[in-house]
Amino acid sequence: MTTKTIRVEYLTRVEGEGALELRIDGGRVASAQLNIFEPPRLFEALLRGRGYAETPDIVSRICGICPIAYQMGAVHAIENAFGVRVEGQLRALRRLIYCGEWIESHALHVVMLHAPDFLGFADAIQMAREHGDMVRNGLALKKAGNELMRLLGGREIHPVNVKVGGFHRLPTRAELAPVAGSLERVREHAVALVRWVAGFTFPDCERDYEFVGLRHAGEYPFNEGRLVSSRGIDIDIADFDSEFEERHVAHSTALHAVVRRRGAYLVGPLARYALNFERLPAAVRALAAEAGLGPVCRNPFRSIVVRALEIVYAVDEALRLIAAYEPPDYAAVAAPPRAGSGFGCTEAPRGICWHRYDLDAEGSIVRARIVPPTSQNQPSIEADLAAVATAVLDQSDETIRDRCERCIRNYDPCISCAAHFLKLSIHRA
Amino acid sequence: MAGRARPRLAVWKFASCDGCQLSILDCEDELLALAEAVHIANFPEASSAVEEGPYDISLVEGSIITAHDAERIVKVRQQSRLLVTIGACATAGGIQALRNFGDIGEMVAAVYASPQYISTLATSTPIAAHVAVDFELRGCPVDKAQLLEVISALLAGRKPAIAAHSVCIECKRRGITCVMVQGTPCLGPVTHAGCGAICPSFRRGCYGCFGPMETPNTAALAGQWRRLGAAPREVQRAFRTFNAAAEPFLRQSQAHDDQDDPG
Repeated sequence: MTTKTIRVEYLTRVEGEGALELRIDGGRVASAQLNIFEPPRLFEALLRGRGYAETPDIVSRICGICPIAYQMGAVHAIENAFGVRVEGQLRALRRLIYCGEWIESHALHVVMLHAPDFLGFADAIQMAREHGDMVRNGLALKKAGNELMRLLGGREIHPVNVKVGGFHRLPTRAELAPVAGSLERVREHAVALVRWVAGFTFPDCERDYEFVGLRHAGEYPFNEGRLVSSRGIDIDIADFDSEFEERHVAHSTALHAVVRRRGAYLVGPLARYALNFERLPAAVRALAAEAGLGPVCRNPFRSIVVRALEIVYAVDEALRLIAAYEPPDYAAVAAPPRAGSGFGCTEAPRGICWHRYDLDAEGSIVRARIVPPTSQNQPSIEADLAAVATAVLDQSDETIRDRCERCIRNYDPCISCAAHFLKLSIHRA
Repeated sequence: MAGRARPRLAVWKFASCDGCQLSILDCEDELLALAEAVHIANFPEASSAVEEGPYDISLVEGSIITAHDAERIVKVRQQSRLLVTIGACATAGGIQALRNFGDIGEMVAAVYASPQYISTLATSTPIAAHVAVDFELRGCPVDKAQLLEVISALLAGRKPAIAAHSVCIECKRRGITCVMVQGTPCLGPVTHAGCGAICPSFRRGCYGCFGPMETPNTAALAGQWRRLGAAPREVQRAFRTFNAAAEPFLRQSQAHDDQDDPG
């Protein structure tokens, strides 16, 4: 038997540039590598010497799909360094804008990028010929999420309103009313989306993940909580380095993060859901049961169902926050700079995004470290690839390649963020 | 996607955040109509159906920061009848052009434990530094209405109706009270229009994400910033963000080099 290599040179329907290489030797998968060839933009180096006030605007450029995740990580970390807490309605508005990002990002992935895999289409535009209603519903959901982003942030991509201490400008109740109207109109689309994707055919695949995510005392997490895992990690976000480690491997411009004592772990919707199931409102839990999900889902192909459930959650949470909104007296709290280190960790659509900044007395950045979700998931993606490819090893290269690409899209990988990510090559022996 | 007569569209990514090509997918109301009007032949972020060139219009996002990409853009140009750069990275080098002011070896070592695994260029350069560009659309990110206008205009064989004036004009049209007169430093007077004056409408100064307008008086504006209390370092930082390598912003940021340690 000879060695065989299966290669996907340029992964499609993912954000960013990556490739995959699978080596098959003696009838088993010898290695599965996700190659991230996203050009390195060196954000952590560029941030040195920049002011705290401009940091949310700069880090937003790490990712056009989840800019709020980066802005939230940065402002919470800087406020942590300055000894400032943002509470009350300003805190609620930060949850609200994050709801907008989850809705637009999840709707984009579920309908435009991921669903075509299950129905055998190359893209959502082709899929629209047979499933026009669902594509239009998905676009309407995405639009409603973006409306929230535009109202609270000024624009969908790289919003301008988030600042250290709060916001530049507060929305009025009257401005929020039409957005609430849009969210109420699309809520039924979100529920229909859960039912639609729950009816897809999923490959049998149960993975033994260590789930990692935030857990908050009372809320499904966005911006705050302890860093917990399904295998007993329960730490303050500042202690990230005590349990986790980033490694630099030759085949990727993304760093790989691992649990020091165990290895690969999983962040994102499956992890968030498993770690926080009881924090979901009864209506969302009931919808999960209807969609065939228990409190824990270990099948990465079913992540599309969990993402759709999180859209329903985010729509409901946004409506709750808008109903309870009373404009505070000020758009931001005072946040005078002081020297020190600060930590921020928030739940980006793709999973936890961890930040640390060391700042000088004027509030200029001395050192920055950002650990995005996709680089944390990369070891898990590679482990999934080996498992998934092993299950279909006796089939054609085309089948293997297709299954592997789907396996990667299960993660909604954001390669631009991670580069510090993908081609599929299969080497067979 | 049948229909041979429709123009063929390709979307390409270089060093970028994906935000500008996401602007296409953010055209929620127009996307299906756009896919009727043009044949989307190559858009890997959105479709697995990637077809060979040639293409009628190539939309290019991102800047050139690797030797491989410097070769790839030449091939993109060869396959494209019209090449349009979308956004600050492709048009001016983007935020990653901050590397142009530092030592690339030191910067790579600051981010990666094994710098020897990383191959990247010392500078971030716009697409026009490598190949001929037919139209440059500004913005970090681009404005989606402007993006649709550029595609429509080029398909109709006319010049895109993209105003070249400053953000100030947009502000006045919207009736927004000038933030500068309220004491907030703003890059609006020297920044290319297109966003619709978003930042001033949020009670903050424009931070120049659309890059320099035609013939901006950056020195006069820098003086006004100083009079409002901005330190030289802050003026330099303001001109050194998402369009740091665009000529007028570059020169103005360098004018403050001797007054401050560059960031």
